[in-house]
Amino acid sequence: MKNIFLLAAALFLSACVTINIYFPAAAAEKAADKIIDEVWQLQKTPAAKTVSPAKEGVAQ
Amino acid sequence: MNAIKITLSLCLLLAVGLSQAQGNLEINTPAIAQLQNSMQGRHAQLAPLFGSGAVGLARDGTVQLREPNAVPLAQRQAANGLVAAENADRSALYREIARANGKPEWEQEIRATFGQRWIDKAQPGWWVQDARGNWARK
Repeated sequence: MKNIFLLAAALFLSACVTINIYFPAAAAEKAADKIIDEVWQLQKTPAAKTVSPAKEGVAQ
Repeated sequence: MNAIKITLSLCLLLAVGLSQAQGNLEINTPAIAQLQNSMQGRHAQLAPLFGSGAVGLARDGTVQLREPNAVPLAQRQAANGLVAAENADRSALYREIARANGKPEWEQEIRATFGQRWIDKAQPGWWVQDARGNWARK
């Protein structure tokens, strides 16, 4: 019985190690995007949001 | 049973630590800012080389002079210098980000992430390297 507990403990521990070395890919991508946008002076196009609702009324 | 409880709580602690680390990578350090500025200043000179296809964006997060003949002979040395300086900055950048986050062992993964994102964000017409190392015009 003790052996089973030891095995379980070992399994949990190895799982923890796996989690611990996990690379935060999403965070890295976000960081990369931020830096690349600045180095290449890429705009995040905030101007794209300026849709003019007034035009719809003027159309007819 | 105790052993399991202890390992479980250890896992929980690690998971909490991980979820905090998952939010953002630290990129606001003087060293990173300096590298960023240096690369930003160089981009005006590199952009025409990307445009002509002389320089391409490699998979490994570097730039490469893939078509030296696209650069007039008189400017070839300058182009080589630009590429070398850019790659030095890029390598330092990947290393610095890993270090700033207390994980120097992440350097290669950070490099790979950047390699992919530089390519994704490259302008149409620029040359980029695919997963097998072949060059293609975007």
